[in-house]
Order: sequence, then C-alpha cells, then structure tokens
Amino acid sequence: MTSHQREALVDPLFNNNPIALQVLGICSALAVTTRMDTSLVMSIAVICVLTLSNVFISLLRDSIPTNIRIIVQLTIIASLVIVTDQILKAYLPDISKQLSVFVGLIITNCIIMGRAEAYAMANPPGMSFLDGIGNGLGYAAILMLTAFLREFFGSGRLFGKEVLPLVSEGGWYNPNGLMLLSPSAFFIIGILIWGLRVWKPDQIEED
Amino acid sequence: MQRSPLYTILFATAVCIVCAIVVSASAVSLKERQDINAALDKQRNVLQAAGLMEPKEKLDAQEVAKRFENVEMEVIDLATGEPAPDIDPNTFNQAREAKDPATSTAAPPNPSLVKRTPNHALVYKVLGDDGRIESLVLPIEGYGLWKFLYGFIAIEDDLNTVRGITFYKHGETPGLGGEVDNPRWKSRWVGRKVFGDDGEPKIEVIKGFAPPPAEAPYEVDGLSGATLTSRGVTNLVHFWLGENGFRPYLENIEQREAG
Repeated sequence: MTSHQREALVDPLFNNNPIALQVLGICSALAVTTRMDTSLVMSIAVICVLTLSNVFISLLRDSIPTNIRIIVQLTIIASLVIVTDQILKAYLPDISKQLSVFVGLIITNCIIMGRAEAYAMANPPGMSFLDGIGNGLGYAAILMLTAFLREFFGSGRLFGKEVLPLVSEGGWYNPNGLMLLSPSAFFIIGILIWGLRVWKPDQIEED
Repeated sequence: MQRSPLYTILFATAVCIVCAIVVSASAVSLKERQDINAALDKQRNVLQAAGLMEPKEKLDAQEVAKRFENVEMEVIDLATGEPAPDIDPNTFNQAREAKDPATSTAAPPNPSLVKRTPNHALVYKVLGDDGRIESLVLPIEGYGLWKFLYGFIAIEDDLNTVRGITFYKHGETPGLGGEVDNPRWKSRWVGRKVFGDDGEPKIEVIKGFAPPPAEAPYEVDGLSGATLTSRGVTNLVHFWLGENGFRPYLENIEQREAG
C-alpha cells in the first residue's frame, strides 16, 4: 500500500473526519446514537453505501455529462440506499424497525454526496474505494463513540446488555435522561470536536 | 465535460434503467423474506397484546408458533358478529378485503378516517385449558398524526377490561407520537375498562397522568408532546370497538356465553 493509498484510508479517521472536521452527516449522528446496536448497523450501512457509490461514480466519472452529474450521483446513491433498506428489512427486521426512516435518509447524508462530488469524480475507482471506506470508518468512529457515551450514561447499557444496574430495577445507577435526547449528541459531538482540535491544533479554523 | 444533448439524454436513460432494474430486482427477490418477517411480527404483537409475551422477549418463529397453540384464529362477519366458518383464517387478507368495494362497506364519516370497513375481520381467541375464551385480540387501525396506525387490542373475558394494546405499524414522530410502541405506555392500558355504563366505548387517552385503573377506569396517560396521536388512538379504539367495528361480535359472544 503506497503512502498515498494509506492517506486516503486513514486520513478521514482523525485528520479529516467527515463529522468532526467537515461537519457533515450530523443529522443521523443525532438520531440513531441512543443505542450502540442501531449505531453499528447504521455505520455498516453507511460504509457500504458510501464505498459502493464512490466506486460506481468513479467508474463513470469520465462519461457522466457535467450538467447532469449531481442528479446521476443522486440516482446511484438512492438506488444503493433502497437496496440496503430492503436487505435490512429482510434480514434484520428488528433493527430495521428501530432505525425506521433513518436508513432511507442515508440518501440525504451529506457525507455521501460530498465524497462523490469532491473525490470520486476526480479519482480512479481503487482510490475512491479506499476513500469511501476511510470516510465511512471516520463516520462510524464518531457514531460509535457518541452511542457508547449515550447508551452507557443514558440507560446503563452497552449493546442492550445491562452494565450499570438501574435504580428503577433495584440497582444503584440513576440514568441521565438527557443522554437519550438528541441535544446530548450535540454536546458530545461538540466536546469530541473540541478534544480533537486540542490534540491536532492544525484543525482549528482561522477567524 | 460538455456533451451533446443526445448523449446526455441517452446517458440519463441508461443510468435510470440500470438503477431501476437493480432496485426492483432486490425488492422482488427479498419480498418473500420480508413478508415472513412481517407476518411473524404481527403474530408477536398478537401475543404481546394478549399478555402471552413480554415486550422485551425475543422469540424465534418456533417459539411464536408454540405460544400460538392456545390461540384460535377466527374470521367473523363484522356486521352481524357471527363467525364465518367457510373462510380460511390462514389465507384471509383483511387489508385486501377492506380495499375491495365488493367485499367492504363504506364507513360513516369518522375521526379515524377509516373509509371502508371489511365485511369480514380476523380475530384471535386466546383459549384456556378448558376451551373457554380467556381473552380476545382484535385488530385496530386508524389515523394518528401522519399516517394510519395498525395494531391490536386485547380484552379480557368480561369483554370490557383491556388486557393489552400494541401497534405494529405506524408512522408517528419518533420520540413523541412514536411512543405508542413504548412498552411502559402500553402497560398503562392494562386493567382499564373500555365500555361505559351505556355500552358505548368510553376509554380515553387523556392529557397528563392517569391514576391507577381502580380510580380512573376509563383514562389512559397521554403521550407528552403528541396530543394528536393520543387523540387518534382514542378515536381508533372507539371506532373499532363501536357499532361499525367489533361491537356486534362482542354482543354475540356475550349472548353465547350467557346462553
């Protein structure tokens, strides 16, 4: 693997994270992160859609007429999302029910359009594949971390398994209800962005 | 790259055709599995409404079938309340019957926006060991805030007390009206009475908290932030347990049990 390839794969994890630096895909990061299992399925779904859309769009990049390129990208992304949704409904019906509309809303996840337009339209399929996986993992990393904090402090569980015994069930932990509401994800993601920028000061934007 | 208009049109058409084929192929090939899942989910909801399954329990198809042994499905004539033994409950499709003008009746204007009621309906009878009815699980549906809610209500053998309620399909706002499938809220229905002294459905989803069933038999806690969904649930319960719904059937059973 050349350094160039490694960069495409690893850079989006911390140096150029789609959520933390590019601030894309926030909507689903707020919505699905109350539990780790839904976040994991959502992450996998986004990684698959993002990687495949990057590859297909990159393959077609020289033949897509410029004036209709956005709608062509959207058609490809939408088709991939529908197929993903159908597969989830068929094989993971419970999780699919919990994710409800948010799988369909992957279509509007700016990360996917963003990578298609910014990367796949200008780079060969191999590199776009790595870029898709890298950005998907970057999204997944933030999602899983947020979900970990929210599920742990909000319901005393991890992946639905009890970790902290709740007061309501005879234990000692009094859950923090705010963690189950969307604003808590804003706080957590904000703090993560802050932490990341303390660690990597070059991400701080100039005024 | 600037291309000729003809190329652009042909390219767009080709992309659309390929995508359409992929999408429809996946939808068709996965349909069977999805239908099995949907049917299983429905059965789980019947069990949940009847209190034969804890909301958090995960049951596989085999276990569901086992618990269904005491459940008898019956197709009934909605208007007369009489059983319709010549219709096979396993193949009966109530949703299809409600859509077809030949097998349904126009409903009077109602707040649940039910346009047509099917002539027949599928009910689930939970039988005790002696073969007597322990509870009845009846399908209910109606408009909430955004879309139709589909679910079941189970009533005890006194034909008045709620044993449970579930919704297996709805499009309400997650976190607000979507809380109709919250087990804690559903448990607030258990033990309440449906019919008032005049025989009309009286149960109501109120605003705020309702005292325990002994003090407030006809009131159920409201869903906070979801007044219209709460009202929708009241309406649809009233509709389906009223005279256009299962009321004739319940009266019929009452007579049979008495006689």
